Parts: sequence; C-alpha cells; structure tokens
Amino acid sequence: MLEVRNAYCGYGAKAVVKDISFTIAPGELLCLLGPNGVGKTTLFKTILGSLKLQAGEILLHDEDVSKWSRRRFATKVGYVPQAHTPPFPFQVLDVVTMGRTAHIGMFSSPSAHDVAIAEETLHTLGISYLRDSVYTEISGGERQLVLIARALAQQPEILIMDEPTSNLDFGNQIRVLEHIRNVAKKDRLSVILTTHYPNHALIYASKAVVLGRDNRVSVGTPQEVITEEYLKDAYNVDAQLLGVKNRRGGNFTICIPALQM
Amino acid sequence: MKLATMLILFLLLFFFSFAIGRFPVSSGTAATILLSRIVSIPSYWSAEMETVMFKIRLPRILAATLVGAALSVSGAAYQGMFRNPMVSPGILGVSAGASFGAALGMLFAFSAAMIQVSAFVFGLAAVGITYVIGALFSKRGEPTLIMILGGIIIGTLFTSFVSIVKYVADPYNTLPAITFWLMGSLATINMPDLYVAAVPILAGMAVLSALRWNLNVMSFGDEEARALGVRTGILRFTIIICATLMTAAAVSISGIIGLVGLIVPHLARLLVGPNYTHLIPFSIVLGAMFLLAVDDLARIMFTVEIPLGIVTSIIGTPIFLYLLINTRKGWV
Repeated sequence: MLEVRNAYCGYGAKAVVKDISFTIAPGELLCLLGPNGVGKTTLFKTILGSLKLQAGEILLHDEDVSKWSRRRFATKVGYVPQAHTPPFPFQVLDVVTMGRTAHIGMFSSPSAHDVAIAEETLHTLGISYLRDSVYTEISGGERQLVLIARALAQQPEILIMDEPTSNLDFGNQIRVLEHIRNVAKKDRLSVILTTHYPNHALIYASKAVVLGRDNRVSVGTPQEVITEEYLKDAYNVDAQLLGVKNRRGGNFTICIPALQM
Repeated sequence: MKLATMLILFLLLFFFSFAIGRFPVSSGTAATILLSRIVSIPSYWSAEMETVMFKIRLPRILAATLVGAALSVSGAAYQGMFRNPMVSPGILGVSAGASFGAALGMLFAFSAAMIQVSAFVFGLAAVGITYVIGALFSKRGEPTLIMILGGIIIGTLFTSFVSIVKYVADPYNTLPAITFWLMGSLATINMPDLYVAAVPILAGMAVLSALRWNLNVMSFGDEEARALGVRTGILRFTIIICATLMTAAAVSISGIIGLVGLIVPHLARLLVGPNYTHLIPFSIVLGAMFLLAVDDLARIMFTVEIPLGIVTSIIGTPIFLYLLINTRKGWV
C-alpha cells in the first residue's frame, strides 16, 4: 500500500505540483493523466525518489520512504522507463537479470537463482522466445515488455511506469496494457502509469489522478475524474465521453473529439 | 572456456616475448633460462643472455602486460559508465595531467623516480579538478555529460601547460626528453618501477572486477541504475578512482600510449559481448596481449627502436577501422 500524503513537488523552491494526496492498494492500476507541463514527470520522479519532496510524505506500509536506502526501495518499487536503446547490445536475459541488482550485493554478481527468476518473468509475460535475442535488435513493443520483465524481476510490490505505450503501434499498445492489467490483477501488484491517452485510463485503470492547469488535482475512478469539463480545461479541446457496450458485454466509457461534420 | 583459451594464448605470447629483441636468444634457450630459475639446469648459455632476459626483457614484458591490462580495463569501465563507446581512459584528463607532471619533473631535472611520482600526482590532480567541476555543475542534469565536458577542458588546459614547459625547456636536452616521454616507451623500465606501479594497477583491477555486475547496470544510465537499487554516486566515484589510479600508474611508467584503452574493449566486446561479467576479465587479458605484441613489434621492426606509443597508434588505427566496419550494431 503506497500513500502520497499532501505532497508538494518541484525543482528548487518552486512547487509544480501542490498538495496532492492519493493511495494505491495491491491489485489497483492507477493512471496519471495530464497535459504537458503540469508536473506529471515531476510528481513521477518524486515518487521514484529522484527528486526530493518539498513537503508532505510518501509512505509505503506506513513507513516514510525518504529514509530508505536505494536498495531497499528498489526491492519494493520497480520502475519501467520508456523503451530506449542503450549503447551496448546486451542479451535480453542479461537485461532482465539486471532487475535482480537490488537483491544482490554491490560486489557480487547474480546467482543461478537470480537468473531463474529472470527467466520466470520472461515466461510470465510470454516472451521467453526473446531470451537470447539482442536487446537493441528487437522491436519497440518487445523492448517495452523486456523492461516490464526486468521490473518484475525486482519482485516489487509497486510498479511505476513512464508512458509505457508511447512510441508503440496500436497492437503493441493493447498487448502491453493487457499485460500490465494482468500483472496488477493476478500478481496483486500496485501499478502506477502515466499516459497521454484518456481512453487508456478510462478502459484499463481502476483509479486515476488527473492534473489540470493551475495546480488542480483530482483523484477518483477514471469515470469520475476524466470529465468533459476536465478535458476542456486541461487540454483546451472539445471532447465528448460516450458510454459503450463492447462485443463481450462489457460497459465502457470512451472519449472522442466532438468534431463538427 | 574462451577465457582459458585466451589465458593460454597470453602465456605463449608472454614467454615468446623473451626471445624477441636485438640480442639473439632463441625461444628454446629463453624457455630453458626461465626454467633454470625453478629447477637447476646446467648452463650452456652466456651470462649476457641471462642479464638480457632478467634485467631488460622481464621488466619490459611485465610492464607491457600491466600497462596494457590497466589501460584497456579502465577504458572498458569508462565506456560503460559514460555510456559511450568512444570514451578512452584519458577522458577525464589523467593522461594530460600526467604528461604535465612528467614534463615539469624533467624541466626541474628530477630523478627518474620523482618524474614518475610527479606524473602520477598530476594525473590524479587533473581528474580531481574534473570531478569537482562535474560535482559542482551537475546538480540537475546528466552528471556524466558535464564530467566529460569538464575532462575535455581540463585535458586541454594541462596539454597547454605541457606546451609551456616544452617552450621554456632546454632545446638540447630537456625538450627531446619530454618529447620522447610523450611518445610512450617501455624501454627504460626496471623492476623497482614496476613494483610501485603494480600496486595501484592490481588493486584497481580487483575492485573493477568485483563491480562488474554493477557496471552493466550503470550502462543503462543514472536514473535507471538508481531505480534498480544502485547507489550511483558512490559507484561512479569508485570507478573513477580505480580507473584513474590505474591509468596514472600506467602512464607514469610508460608515457602516453594511445588507442589501447579505446580499442581493446571493443575487441573484447566482439569476442564475448557487452556483459561486464565476461568483458572485464577479457579486457584485462586482451589488453595485456595487445601491448605485449605491439611492444614486440616495436622492438624488432627496425634497427632503431620506435617509441611504443607511435606503434600502437599506427597498428591501432586499421584495427579500429576494421571494428567500425564489422561491428556497427555492436555499439549502436
């Protein structure tokens, strides 16, 4: 259980995000939504511990994480960055095994047990076939899944993802989100992810934190906080929310632009 | 397996190198003379042969082994830490600093040992300044980038200090001595020099070997390494200390020997891939072999010995081009 309590985040003395509070429980998928420049990344980096909190607290199981070591933090919180290309052609299994770093000492190397855990996470995500591939040569969607596998190899309770669907094609976006939802549901992880797509939050998330202009924040279910007013205010666009029923009988709210024909 | 093969090749080259040079000692005789130090063999060789073997060739061969290994393992560690395959051990200014230290020592007619000390100290000082610049100006941004920029500036500064020393140095004695030092050579090495240089080099190697898994993680960048539980600040500091001590010690006994620290890690990567678990030991062995082989060539190519630094650059360039053509995906 992660709790952000009355947090103020920003660079230097200037607060970009003011007085934000929310909690996330095991099995929940929380989407962090907001236009460019309202402090999404700032909040994100603060939760990850890259930026110092200006005020407030971040608690994990009621313990203040700011006093934790990097290593201890990494055994509880896994981070999935945007898919990128590192300068050297590591093997996929090696990349995933790097998730074990927090569990092994600074002067030691991973054991067979660590490698087995890495292989298991590859299996969980259905990408065992990538095991011996070269990380720099696989597709963007595969690379994103490998990074998720690496974070899962940390065996964390909380998974934090930075725009996991950016730069992915339509199919890969859905596949990646599907896996993320499974990880939350089946493995009872808490997942926090940022996205630029309101629909991703509306369809997949169980909770949403939306950041608007002038430090406005609201927290709730996606259907509660992603409103037409919010989209107008935050993005300055005319968008409309529609209730739809899909082929399998699921009820969803989706968002489309209110275009003039 | 691969490492065992490399070690055998290295040992072959190591012993073969005793038979190389202007003074003729056949490889068979060389092996027998070496063996005679362990088991008693009736001597059929001259006393000169033994002197050449143990007083001249042994220190030189050991020096080539140590210097080659030190430069290439430092280069390998830096390339990962700076996430840049074009980085060499001199990137933070250690070589430029050491050059100035040595030049200054020669200007003031220090003893040979003191010239080495001066080179070592100024090598460390240059990196120290670079590190402080990096620490001061990278509060927010990418710390490694600021550090590389700082290293370039400090390196340039110390290089111009070298020029000042050359400019005021006695053009008949000191200036040629400085110039030859800058070309790099192992010709004047003796055993006491080696003992002193071996300590930081072997210590640095041991620490970098122990950190090899963390080097993998570092090559994914600061933010990710931290999220994976690595204390990046301390780790970076340790790597820089190790690489700097090793390079400064190497340069202070050999002068400037270019390209080894840049090329050998790539050769090693070509053989065993980028995982530092294998890359570190391979860089050590391959670096030692590379410099041994090049030094052998420097000794026999012409009747007058060519400074080692020149030969490494001349041989290194085509190898580097070969790597560029053949392993493009290796570092993109």
